[in-house]
Amino acid sequence: MLGALWRKLKAGLARTRDLFAGIAGLFTGKGRVDENFIKELERRLLAADLGAGPTAELVDQVKRDFRDREAGEDLKSMVREKLRQMLGDDDRSLRIAASGPTVILVAGVNGSGKTTTIAKLASLFHRNGKKVVVAACDTFRAAAVEQLGIWADRIGCDIVRAQHGTDPASVAHDACEKAKARGADIVIVDTAGRLHTQTHLMKELEKIQRVLGKQIPGAPHEALMVLDATNGQNAIAQAEQFGKVIGGTGIVLTKLDGTAKGGAIFSIKARTGLPVKYVGVGETIEDLEPFDADAFVAALFD
Amino acid sequence: MICSGRYEGSRGALRLSLPFVPGTMFESLQQTLGEALKRLRGRGRLTEANIRDAMQDVRRALLDADVHHQVVETFLTRVTEKSVGQTVLRSIDPGEQILKCVYDELVALMGPVDTALPAARKDRPAIVMLCGLQGQGKTTTAGKLALTAKQAGRKPMLVAADLQRPAAMEQLRLLGEQIDVPVYLELGQIDASGNRIGGPGAVEICKTALARARDRGCDLIILDTAGRLHVAEMPMEELRQIDRVVGPDHVYLVCDALTGQDAVNSAQAFNEALELNGVILTKMDGDARGGAALSIKEVTRVPIKFLGMGEKLDRLEEFRPEGMAQRILGQGDILSLIDKVSRVQSEISDEEREKQQKKLEEGSFNLNDFRKQLDMLKKMGPAKDLINSMPGMSQLMPAGQDPEQSIRRIQGIIDSMTRRERADPDEIDYDRRLRIARGSGTRAEEVKQLLTQFEMMRNVMRAMAKMSMLERIKMMSGMSKMGAFMPGAKIVSKGDTGHRKSPRERAEDRKKKKR
Repeated sequence: MLGALWRKLKAGLARTRDLFAGIAGLFTGKGRVDENFIKELERRLLAADLGAGPTAELVDQVKRDFRDREAGEDLKSMVREKLRQMLGDDDRSLRIAASGPTVILVAGVNGSGKTTTIAKLASLFHRNGKKVVVAACDTFRAAAVEQLGIWADRIGCDIVRAQHGTDPASVAHDACEKAKARGADIVIVDTAGRLHTQTHLMKELEKIQRVLGKQIPGAPHEALMVLDATNGQNAIAQAEQFGKVIGGTGIVLTKLDGTAKGGAIFSIKARTGLPVKYVGVGETIEDLEPFDADAFVAALFD
Repeated sequence: MICSGRYEGSRGALRLSLPFVPGTMFESLQQTLGEALKRLRGRGRLTEANIRDAMQDVRRALLDADVHHQVVETFLTRVTEKSVGQTVLRSIDPGEQILKCVYDELVALMGPVDTALPAARKDRPAIVMLCGLQGQGKTTTAGKLALTAKQAGRKPMLVAADLQRPAAMEQLRLLGEQIDVPVYLELGQIDASGNRIGGPGAVEICKTALARARDRGCDLIILDTAGRLHVAEMPMEELRQIDRVVGPDHVYLVCDALTGQDAVNSAQAFNEALELNGVILTKMDGDARGGAALSIKEVTRVPIKFLGMGEKLDRLEEFRPEGMAQRILGQGDILSLIDKVSRVQSEISDEEREKQQKKLEEGSFNLNDFRKQLDMLKKMGPAKDLINSMPGMSQLMPAGQDPEQSIRRIQGIIDSMTRRERADPDEIDYDRRLRIARGSGTRAEEVKQLLTQFEMMRNVMRAMAKMSMLERIKMMSGMSKMGAFMPGAKIVSKGDTGHRKSPRERAEDRKKKKR
């Protein structure tokens, strides 16, 4: 399934063709696997934010198995296969509660695109005929509640909000109450952006999670970390910390395009096991796609 | 003598090992460098071949810190060029020495820093324009800059020129309220679903804001412009138009420290469109190592001005290349290390050694110089390795005693002497010896012993200074062999009279002593 993601990625690449070619251009079948080839392969993997470790691993394998051989289809499928394997085969669908509202907790660092992602998720469920409540638990950042409010209005879903500075856990509590009272299907909880190193804020996140669990059994059913695809190796530390604190179930990769390839997800998968569930590929409210590992690897290649 | 550029033999040189925090994803660069360079210690000079492995470690560290891969390559070439040919110092690990080169180069590349905001012109306030991708922290940074300016006695005004993001204008208005700085915004018409319809465009808003600011007597306006998810979608034309029409004095790129390899792409695009004057790196309060700083500086040549260190508006700091270099390398305690290496490097510089050598040849070598030599010795490596390479030194060390301690004892004795005594040891008589012994907590015999030994050393060295290198080596090995045959033996010295004393002279000596 090569949907909008694929097209977007291709478009992004077309714009920056001279800056970054994909990996596929290397496997013309004409050259040999020599020093230059290895260097170039390494360069392209690094450019995709794959990170020094995974890149070295992959390059070493190529060196071992393919040195002085032809850089053709064999090698291409080996690299592709290897990358694809690294992403694993997880169930990437969202877990839905058997009965009662499904609660989705969304967290991430500042500016990663949480609010926009929530709007996109809410819109997705709304379009599928679900009754959605969003909880504006970012009571810290100036105008964050207003920002989510504008989206909620546009989508036409319910929003639970409170005064600036209110304990976010209490907003989460109220949202659950409201969802139960109104028989909503989905509760999406927005949280303030925080860096994973801010212990007190991570504690606050834990509290929100606890409150949700008390209100609705099994909640949050999904705990998603929003990750900016332009982020580099720090993304791994983010995933480790957020994943631990909120009991992460998956990642939404935002701001993906031709130059920002989000290669950090390979390391994230290896270290935390967290699968990418959705990708944000644009600014309009429909621009949210289920993650497609094959398309993702293909996009790295082209 | 002594330190003519040969630092051979190693065994466990002093190391500053920084604690490795388990669970952190980045191994301490110093630790890995130490491994790669273990073989190198005491091997004379750094060469391209023997630092190759170390450079691989540096490379890995820079990539882990998200420095752009091409920037890493050029950077390493430069560091290699600068390191090659350096003498390997003994008291510092070669890894530390290379780390110092890397650090120096990082600091040089990211500096110098000029954090001054532009001054108002005669006819209008100064204008600072912020640009950057979405979610980098432009609006928050605008508030922080305004507060910084205000605290410096300026009269800033914030301008909401981001008409794109929902509630961006509201956010800026609230920030302005918090720090009591005026905010210019044109909400325009809002339709039922919160979309802004009609109203002036961003260029128009900036123009009007400038006029308003002038009227209100503000001397600085800060433009908060719209961001997009990707640089290819940035409304560069709109930004260029603002640039043309309003003519900002400074344009700053706001970029977050979490950004990976993509940082260079956006920095380049913004720089081409707008000619940046500075960069503000945000989200530095996290644990991102912020290699983007180096990448952006390298690609755009634009200085980094400020760091965003937290969400609170007073958390804007001036950029310091030293701190950033430290961070990119992932070293908590690198500064003390850097200090140590540069101190040692300058103190045992060739110049200093030449000076000493000359003194030797002239025969003007005195206890002051000896004291300095001991200092150098301590810095160059563990004393026990060096003592054998110093003529006469092994005899000064009592058997079974820690040589470091012995050196300290000798230094103590010298330190208890007056300047004149040190310059001319022959002056030191019995009374002076007693005083020196009291001052250094030793016995008068020990002082005497030191003085005789020193005299002997001086003679040997004076002779050696006139020898060829080969003769010197021969002599040195002879000396240490002698030491080996008489472990810990005290050399019974009769002073340096040059002849056997007659019974009469000895009797006189005894008399002197009794007095």
